[in-house]
Amino acid sequence: MGSPVNRDDIARLATDFYSLLESFKQTPFYHLIFEIFLILTVLWLVCFRKPRPIAKKLTEKEKQELIDEWQPEPLVPPVDTNHPALNVRVLDGIVGKTIEIDGRKSLNFATFNFLNFVGNQRIADKAIQAVQKYGVGSCGPRGFYGTIDIHLELEERLARFFNFEEGIIYSYGFSTIASIIPAYSKRNDILFVDEGIHYAIQKGVEASRSTVKWFRHNDINDLERLLAEQDKHDKKNPKKASTIRRFLIIEGLYMNYGDICPLPRMVELKYKYKYRIFMDESVSFGTIGQTGRGVTEYHNVDRQKIDLISSTLEYSVGSIGGFAVGSSFVIDHQRLSAQGYCFSASLPPLLAAAAIEALNIMDEENSLLFETLMDKSKRLHKKLLDIKGYRVLGEDISPLKHLSLANSLNTIGRLEYIVEFAQTRDITITIARYLNDEHHLPEPSIRLILNVEMTDEELEFLCTVLQEALVKVTA
Amino acid sequence: MSPKTAINQKMNKSFSSNLKTKCAYENEPKYQDHEDFEETPTWAAVVTVLGYAILSALGWLRDFLRHIGFEEKKTAHDPNPKNFVPLYQSYECFYTRNLYTRIRDVFNQPIASVAGAKVHIMERISDDFNWTFKFSGKKIPSINLGSYNYLGFAENQGPCSEQAIKSIEKYGVSTCSTRHELGNQRYMQELETLMAEYLNAEDCIAFGMGFATNALNIPTLVGQGDLILSDRLNHISLILGARLSGATICPFNHNDMKDLESQLRKAIISGQPRTCRPWKKILIIVEGVYSMEGSLCKLPEIIELKKKYKAYLYMDEAHSIGAIGSRGRGVVDYWRVDPNDIDVHMGTFTKSFGSAGGYIAGKKALIDHIRIYSHSACYSTSMSAPVCYQIISALSIIMGRDGTNDGQQRIQQLACNVRYFRRQLVDMGFIVYGNDNSPVVPVMIFMPAKIAAVNREMLKRGCAVVTVGFPATLLTESRVRFCISAGHTKEMLDHALKAMDEVGHLVSLRYSKQKPHRRWIELDRADYDKEYLS
Repeated sequence: MGSPVNRDDIARLATDFYSLLESFKQTPFYHLIFEIFLILTVLWLVCFRKPRPIAKKLTEKEKQELIDEWQPEPLVPPVDTNHPALNVRVLDGIVGKTIEIDGRKSLNFATFNFLNFVGNQRIADKAIQAVQKYGVGSCGPRGFYGTIDIHLELEERLARFFNFEEGIIYSYGFSTIASIIPAYSKRNDILFVDEGIHYAIQKGVEASRSTVKWFRHNDINDLERLLAEQDKHDKKNPKKASTIRRFLIIEGLYMNYGDICPLPRMVELKYKYKYRIFMDESVSFGTIGQTGRGVTEYHNVDRQKIDLISSTLEYSVGSIGGFAVGSSFVIDHQRLSAQGYCFSASLPPLLAAAAIEALNIMDEENSLLFETLMDKSKRLHKKLLDIKGYRVLGEDISPLKHLSLANSLNTIGRLEYIVEFAQTRDITITIARYLNDEHHLPEPSIRLILNVEMTDEELEFLCTVLQEALVKVTA
Repeated sequence: MSPKTAINQKMNKSFSSNLKTKCAYENEPKYQDHEDFEETPTWAAVVTVLGYAILSALGWLRDFLRHIGFEEKKTAHDPNPKNFVPLYQSYECFYTRNLYTRIRDVFNQPIASVAGAKVHIMERISDDFNWTFKFSGKKIPSINLGSYNYLGFAENQGPCSEQAIKSIEKYGVSTCSTRHELGNQRYMQELETLMAEYLNAEDCIAFGMGFATNALNIPTLVGQGDLILSDRLNHISLILGARLSGATICPFNHNDMKDLESQLRKAIISGQPRTCRPWKKILIIVEGVYSMEGSLCKLPEIIELKKKYKAYLYMDEAHSIGAIGSRGRGVVDYWRVDPNDIDVHMGTFTKSFGSAGGYIAGKKALIDHIRIYSHSACYSTSMSAPVCYQIISALSIIMGRDGTNDGQQRIQQLACNVRYFRRQLVDMGFIVYGNDNSPVVPVMIFMPAKIAAVNREMLKRGCAVVTVGFPATLLTESRVRFCISAGHTKEMLDHALKAMDEVGHLVSLRYSKQKPHRRWIELDRADYDKEYLS
């Protein structure tokens, strides 16, 4: 009885199925596509989609708890009261060739007073005259009535001294080079920098946000290697390379090492690889060269090939502030874009007057002063080398030398002992102080600075004391 | 009677009698604190933008003419060979060549005397539309409304300069050594102790340059993993210091406490971006008086927020120390808050003390830390003796230690001068920004051409003023900024107001919609009591 019914059912099913197919044929095309799309979407949602995490929404109570629980660190970490910076010698008098400490006079081999202008009567007189005319402060930045005629005179004198077109002065030595570099070098530019540069230049390089390529201190081959690498990179994309500026940042005489940069070769490479040279001559201005005009004079290089020379008025000139000299094309840009120039009060006129008088003295003395200084430096260098047991860093004509003990004996503790011992014998010397976040922290050393007025006997005495100290410290 | 009329009455009573003896602020419990930033009129904004557009179009035309050789190129030439990458992109200098050079004679004007209440400006002549200048040798005596000389200490005679001269004879001009080595002189310690006492702080340290004080010391306080919340209109030295420190910087809208609070809450709740670690510490950086706006920071509210959210506060009082407050101790004195609530007090000696340099004051632990780690203490030459002695003697005068009440008189004279000057300008119909008590008085001029016009016309009438435009301010908000000094007498201020009245009429600067526009003749002869009582 079942099979005829089944056969009928099957037939009915078949008919239904057939009519379904027919209806499919009759529906519009877009309707079919739409239905297929919906089915596929449902399949995908079911099989493939991962469940999205629910966004964290905190309640007000939770937010308040987070705020209440948060504990900040103290503003400054605990301080070591025995740190040497908190126990510095207090002076009370002129820090010239001799200084008075605790009532005793001692010879000063520690301050940057190369030409002994500190305490010079002529300079003091001119500074006093400036106070009587202009008061002490300049009360404004250069753009807003802070430009005094004495500033313009100083800028012109400095430019003339170096035989450049224009000069610009800053009111603080540290800010000079630290404001100059970011004014020219921006995010896309490349700086080739010597590892041994001074901290102020490091800050300038950091503030510029440019790509920095460090080369080993005074190693011209390492610099050539970096330049060749960059050149190869440039050839792959010449269009981009034509928008990237390149600068070489060096010092004339390095403060941390006392040696002179190989300038002639660097100038040759400048024209081969097309970079601009910014040289910081803080230490070499007024100390190196026949007439004190720095490393360009010493190496006999055409000064016009250096794009910018920056220096400070705080070392040989015996005033405060800094300056830069170069062609008008380069220097004029700083008047609107160097932060330390535009947004800071200008140099107090008495310090500018002191600097002008110092330049006058340098011009009058012409070569006598500088030749004497270079000569005495050479002699001191020879005498120091004669003391076996010290390592002497620096060129022989450099009035700034670094003294350290040989090999593993060189620790801050021993050097401090030498400094204290020298003080008991009335010789003031100092350890070169650095901050820990220097890019390339130099070895501990004693920084010896020669004053041009030191006599031969005094230099002899210095070496005797150093010899005695060495014996005591290595005993 | 409305509160405003009552305030006017009190003020007028003090002006209609002798200014020197009747500044009755010590009798009032709190300052009448009123800040106003009237909105830019729409038509002025439109005309300003149009002005810049015309100048830019002309600039492009001139650049094109220079390019094709029709016009001579007057800018300096690069001495290097042509195949070097150009040192400046030409669009960077577009503004300098075409807009700035047109009005270059108005900026960087050299002076040939002390920058006191009166100054001698060296006249410059240009034959080639400001590309080069020649000095004619003539000196123009003018009233100095541009130098930062709030308490009038920029003097070349008097006890301060005598002390400075004595110190040059005793100590020389420089020490040629750093604080960490042999530059630590006794007079610096004396200055620091005196300054700490003045500010009612535990300890203080002084530096040779105000700009460097911010730029080189903020990195010693904060570093990576810390958050800095800085006001949008902070000075560039604060921004540079914050950038060099490596901390994350979040600006908040100028003087907007709601925005500051919401940023604080967001920072503590969400933590550092990406890692969501909690911030190590949060530092809020604000200024006492903002030098372009003339506004004061809302100190009591900031301190409340700082305590609630456990943040630290760094206050830069460059323009407010000595110039604000009944005893000249800055915004802390003005708002009568506890100095211990502010973690780092910073300020400069350039403005109110007639010298140079900056200081940081606070708890002894903080100052010891800065003594050890400051870039400036370790690598910069220490302060010059005459500069220090000028500050020491100025401080002694202000604190009354010299036996006279010269200091208190100067402070009162400045406060009177400020209120008088501001009030007169507002009555004349100019838009004046800022707090009624701030010695920085910005008056809006909006259009670029007026920047030069106002400056030149005021100089013809014997007043040296400072006019600023883009990029120091927003594009449509150029202004002339007066800096009032205690050295200005009523006659000088009246001369300046009369000049401003004439120039305002000539150049049409009376933009204010809130006040009636009046000429100087009407105000000078006004009977204040009658006018404002009726």
